[in-house]
Amino acid sequence: MTAPPANLTPTPPIPKVGGWDNFQRKYAPYIFISPFFLLFFVFGLFPIIFNAYLSVHEWQPGSGLGDMKFVGLRNFTDNLTDPTFWLSLKNTAILAVESGLPQHLIAIPLAFAINMGLKRAQSFITAIYFLPYITSVVAISVIFFTLFSWQYGVLNAALGSLHNIPVLGALFPADKINWLGERAFVQPSIAMVIVWRYVGWNMLLYLSGLQAIPGDLYEAAAVDGATRTEQFRFITLPLLRPTIFLAVTLSLIGGFQLFEEPYILTNGGGGVGQAGLTTIMYMFRTYNAYSDAGLAAAMAWLLFIVIGLLTLVNNRIFGRSGMSDSKAAK
Amino acid sequence: MKIKRLLVLTALLSTTLAAAQKTTVTVGVFPDLDSVVKAALPGFNKLYPDIDVKINSLAYADHHNALTTALSTGKGANDLEAIDFGYVAKFAEGNGMTDLSKAPYNAGALASKFVSFTFPQSTTQDGRIVAIPTDIGPGSMFFRTDLLAKAGVKPAQLNASWESYITNGKKVVAANPGTFLIPDASEAAQIILRTGLKAGEGLYFDKNNKVLVSPDNARFVKAFTVAKQIRDAKLDAKAGAAFSPEWTTAFQKGNLATEFSGAWLVGHMQNWLAKDFSGKWNAQNLPGNTFASWGGSFYGIPTQSANKDAAWKLLQYLTTNPAQQVLAFKTTGAFPALKAGQTDSVFNQGVAYLGNQKARLLWRTAATKIQPLDVNKLDPIADQIVGDALGSVLDGSKDIPTALADAQRLVERRTR
Repeated sequence: MTAPPANLTPTPPIPKVGGWDNFQRKYAPYIFISPFFLLFFVFGLFPIIFNAYLSVHEWQPGSGLGDMKFVGLRNFTDNLTDPTFWLSLKNTAILAVESGLPQHLIAIPLAFAINMGLKRAQSFITAIYFLPYITSVVAISVIFFTLFSWQYGVLNAALGSLHNIPVLGALFPADKINWLGERAFVQPSIAMVIVWRYVGWNMLLYLSGLQAIPGDLYEAAAVDGATRTEQFRFITLPLLRPTIFLAVTLSLIGGFQLFEEPYILTNGGGGVGQAGLTTIMYMFRTYNAYSDAGLAAAMAWLLFIVIGLLTLVNNRIFGRSGMSDSKAAK
Repeated sequence: MKIKRLLVLTALLSTTLAAAQKTTVTVGVFPDLDSVVKAALPGFNKLYPDIDVKINSLAYADHHNALTTALSTGKGANDLEAIDFGYVAKFAEGNGMTDLSKAPYNAGALASKFVSFTFPQSTTQDGRIVAIPTDIGPGSMFFRTDLLAKAGVKPAQLNASWESYITNGKKVVAANPGTFLIPDASEAAQIILRTGLKAGEGLYFDKNNKVLVSPDNARFVKAFTVAKQIRDAKLDAKAGAAFSPEWTTAFQKGNLATEFSGAWLVGHMQNWLAKDFSGKWNAQNLPGNTFASWGGSFYGIPTQSANKDAAWKLLQYLTTNPAQQVLAFKTTGAFPALKAGQTDSVFNQGVAYLGNQKARLLWRTAATKIQPLDVNKLDPIADQIVGDALGSVLDGSKDIPTALADAQRLVERRTR
């Protein structure tokens, strides 16, 4: 009989834990984390599942939950064959580009200028540009509505007095422009408001991106005799790519969910020729005015697919190289 | 000991009995209808001291949204609900509202007591009565006497027909530079679409759900043609819908020569819209001897109500009691839907804002001539599609036959 090696002696048993301690150890974490899951199930997961369920049913919200009728994929095919749905999608795409592109084209150089030249007043100027973003969208739209007013608007009054300046005046229109009442001007007017509102937000994103670029790169470039433009072109832009990817993705998603600005500026109707009718507006109208909840739910899923696809494309175009710094830094 | 128990028991029983005797009925309303209900309570409580009324007032849109939610989930509705005209058709769908045509309500018998056009508005195609009317908005052409006088145009010339409205309207605008004849050309089209309907014909659908929108339908062609003539003659302020900022500003600046609306517009004009022009506005019938209605309010009882009996008593008091209807008219200017509510001496008095014109008599007569419109559940969709078609005609991107043919196709797509 040999004695077991010392290292094989059984470890003394763990002292018995009381019921309360045991409970704390095993279940308390779940209780602590449960508020999140409860909120998530009620306000996050449930609406999504209910929306999916709704999208294959015909239901009028006023008639009670018992009146749902299963219709299969009919809501989807109905939407896909609806000319107004496609029109709204087209409007949304145009507005997303018209309002998205200028935002970035203005925000990047602006952020660069503020980062380079205005060290001292930086936070003040950033705050000024950021102000529109945190202002109530309803207030903004109502004010712009008044500015854009055909007969009594400030914008037309300004254009009118510019027109009266000799020589230069020929550049400005003689007649008042019906900004929100004429088909050609509806989308640019809406886009103007959105650009004004989001430039500050994008500028802030780019500013933080710029501040992550090491200053010695610029110093080295300056020593080598690079001009400001060259520094921007060869240092700033390539290193800013991940930020651009993020900002463009956010703009894309925001652009396709456009609702408040066009809704208020066109009095909820979409404006002349429905030029300002975005998909979310049409979805809201289908639910609210047409009382067709199933059709609206299916529309939400179609829009989800569109946004998903576009984000994928965006990722393909300059996301991958942007995400990994290796290529950009080369 | 036993006696003590018995005493406690009786005391308990008697308090619960007393509580049971007093019913509380909740009523959901929006401004200014809430002030009408508030004013009605003393009179109602004299008749029914055992019924307590609790008023739940929300802003116009919030009230109707809350009602939609309550009906869709089957919880949270008031015992009695006010419903604006624009929402009646929506709530008539499904089984959210009690059918008042059935016993014990038998509301069908009340129909003859009301101005004829309003009752059918809350009656569905299969004969259910989902709400009872309380006030109406008989239509009027309001006009600026000073602007017309400057152009030498008489009101009768302006409203003889739509053609003479346009011809004489041009004179008014020419004599008063910077003014407009009408806020938006589309208003004329809306009136023409709503008047001159054949019996049993709805706005966009006939009794058999057949789509009426078509380039061959004279009513639609005329509506679009008149609107286009007004736009082409540069007579309208392109203000879009009523209460838009453009519309409001034009009113406040006194730049409008005429406006078509319900009698209730006078209240808005004198309170904020055109305060400075008191005595300069006047009322007349709509052009071409047509009669139309602008809105109105109703009361209905949700099926989920637990106090239907008390709610029905309150509903009857608010809608069928002549004294209450006169009180409502004096409180907020809500024009009575009940015929017996229109016989009070107050209707013979002049309206101060309209230069003491006896306009109420004009509205009373107009109310008797308005034709009932059959409502269809697809009306909101057709309304949007036809409105868009009119928009493309007005801005010149489509001609009338094309726009109407396109609209017809889009509306037909929705009927299945």
